[in-house]
Amino acid sequence: MAGLHKSDFKNPVINWVDTRLPVFTMIQKEYGTFPTPKNFNYFWNFGALAMINLVIMIATGIFLAMNYTPNTNLAFDSVERIMRDVNYGWLIRYVHANGASMFFIVIYTHIFRGLYYGSYKAPRELLWMTGVVLFLLLMATAFMGYVLPWGQMSYWGATVITNLFSAIPLVGNTIVTWLWGGFSVDNPTLNRFFSLHYLLPFVITGVVFLHVVALHITGSNNPLGIDVKSPQDTVPFHPYYTMKDSVGLCVYLLVFSVLVFFAPNYLGHADNYIPANPLVTPNEIVPEWYFLPFYAILRSVPNKLGGVACMFGSIALLFVLPWLDTSPVRSARFRPIYRNMMVLLVIAMVALGFVGAHPPQGAWVLIGRIATTYYFLHFLVLLPLLGKIERPLPLPESISRPVLGPRPPRGGGGPLPSGAIAKPMEKI
Amino acid sequence: MRRLTVALAAGAAMLAGPALAQESTPPLPHEQWSFSGPFGTYDRASAQRGFQVYKEVCSSCHSMKLMSYRNLEGIGLDAAQVRAIASTVTVPGGTNDNGDPITRNGLPSDHFASPFPNDKAARAANNGALPPDQSLLEKAREGGANYLDAILNGYRDPPPGVKVPDGLYYNVYFPGHNIHMPQPLHDGQVTYADGTPATINQMSKDVVTFLTYAANPEMEQRKRMGVRIVLFFAVMSGLTYAVKRKVWSDAH
Repeated sequence: MAGLHKSDFKNPVINWVDTRLPVFTMIQKEYGTFPTPKNFNYFWNFGALAMINLVIMIATGIFLAMNYTPNTNLAFDSVERIMRDVNYGWLIRYVHANGASMFFIVIYTHIFRGLYYGSYKAPRELLWMTGVVLFLLLMATAFMGYVLPWGQMSYWGATVITNLFSAIPLVGNTIVTWLWGGFSVDNPTLNRFFSLHYLLPFVITGVVFLHVVALHITGSNNPLGIDVKSPQDTVPFHPYYTMKDSVGLCVYLLVFSVLVFFAPNYLGHADNYIPANPLVTPNEIVPEWYFLPFYAILRSVPNKLGGVACMFGSIALLFVLPWLDTSPVRSARFRPIYRNMMVLLVIAMVALGFVGAHPPQGAWVLIGRIATTYYFLHFLVLLPLLGKIERPLPLPESISRPVLGPRPPRGGGGPLPSGAIAKPMEKI
Repeated sequence: MRRLTVALAAGAAMLAGPALAQESTPPLPHEQWSFSGPFGTYDRASAQRGFQVYKEVCSSCHSMKLMSYRNLEGIGLDAAQVRAIASTVTVPGGTNDNGDPITRNGLPSDHFASPFPNDKAARAANNGALPPDQSLLEKAREGGANYLDAILNGYRDPPPGVKVPDGLYYNVYFPGHNIHMPQPLHDGQVTYADGTPATINQMSKDVVTFLTYAANPEMEQRKRMGVRIVLFFAVMSGLTYAVKRKVWSDAH
């Protein structure tokens, strides 16, 4: 019977299915025996956490959509009806709203992991690029989701962000009218945002699939940033990483629960509990916390088109990051200068977050401009130059040697050639 | 990693400076609320007194459209009391067989009756200002319960040299200080059935407790559930970590 899959499963039912549709073999291969570098630290939990977060968002979102009404006259009250009258509606909505924040916490950590350990470098360029696509899709989905409750920040946030497109020369205003489906943010806008907010998570699911396929072709990077050299360097994904991911999952759910049950509105904005009113502009229009760094970049440039270009450019440049970084060494552990630059980059992003939350006055403007400058300097100037001037520390021979061998005793000696371990492995 | 933490702390301290300088209202006093903290519950007696303040004072201008009379069971009233309260209002009852609009007495399932038929009527009666709906007020203001309490206690004579426009009132905690709402609470304004002295401060605490309930009717259930879930995940994290250690013990 040519073409049938030869299944190793003993159970006759599983064997029957697997022979015709080898999903069990696939799961066994990709998540069971899949050889995975043995030296992951807990930063490597965050990909799995992002996947679980996506499932949580889709599950809660489907139930919210059953009770939500995308109409400007009814949306706000329908959300409040979910909060007050739908059985456990408050739980579903608070999980969904805080789930968005958790998603960004997880994704930002995941991106930081990729940057710090050089996970974007050859041969993982496409893996990285699908990740940037996912990041963009996530931001679009979160933005449109925030509009749906139709509070003051929903309405004015949507107005400000869609208006950014008016900065495009010549066709800007036409594009904005086309996005709105009218001459202001109104019912057609709300309707299409609801439709797209429901669609995009499934697009994300599709791209996640590509992301995972690409990952399983190249294999995972690891904290040392060196390639897997022998089977000794790896452990099977199950039970080692299913178990390690479970630890991360429990801690993640713990943090998530504290937010949902004890501070459900902590990360939100009070103004969004005021129904949208096109005639009253809030004192300050601020986006959700996860957009603040990019909002700060937008406002740091005194020219509208320039600001919009910088804001979108700050993410677009991530697409070409694999070619901006000229250093062949992946992990920042062996790149003394890059390591410090990463600290600066994190400080710049956090500073931009604070800047975005405050009106652009006084010191905030200056801090915003310095941080914005550093952001672009980091990626566009320093990274390309650094590969030429930085002297990386010597790389370990393989993953298993430094992990397997005992730490070199102080004063030299030990089983390893002295060059093999340049620096004792530190746990992050 | 430690270097990073220090740098972040320094950055945060640097940013805090200009933020404080921009404050124009004094910081909100932080009150001890029965509902704050992870084990907080609504003080039933206080919330019921607060409902009385709402009914006798606030509700002459402020609506509370998202609350139903049946929600009053959440602050400890029984079904008969709720029915009695609901039946004191008259609500539109659809049409009779001739198609003429009729009215009926309120039911526990009805939403709180609003003082004005629409926003324009509310503005016309309030010197052009719209008294905000109070259902979500606690969640819709930065500072929440502390802010509402501060506003109710924040009426003062304007400092010398400050001119308050006609029809506005001076309140130290209101952004910009000039508030449209005249001082709503005065000592002895309501008579509490339980004999609690009706001072401004007492009425304020009570009505803010009620408003917090109105904005977060699920809070007690949420926190009860949360304590159990957080404990569960704390234990699970420990257990999972132990299992992970065991699984990994043969890996290197």
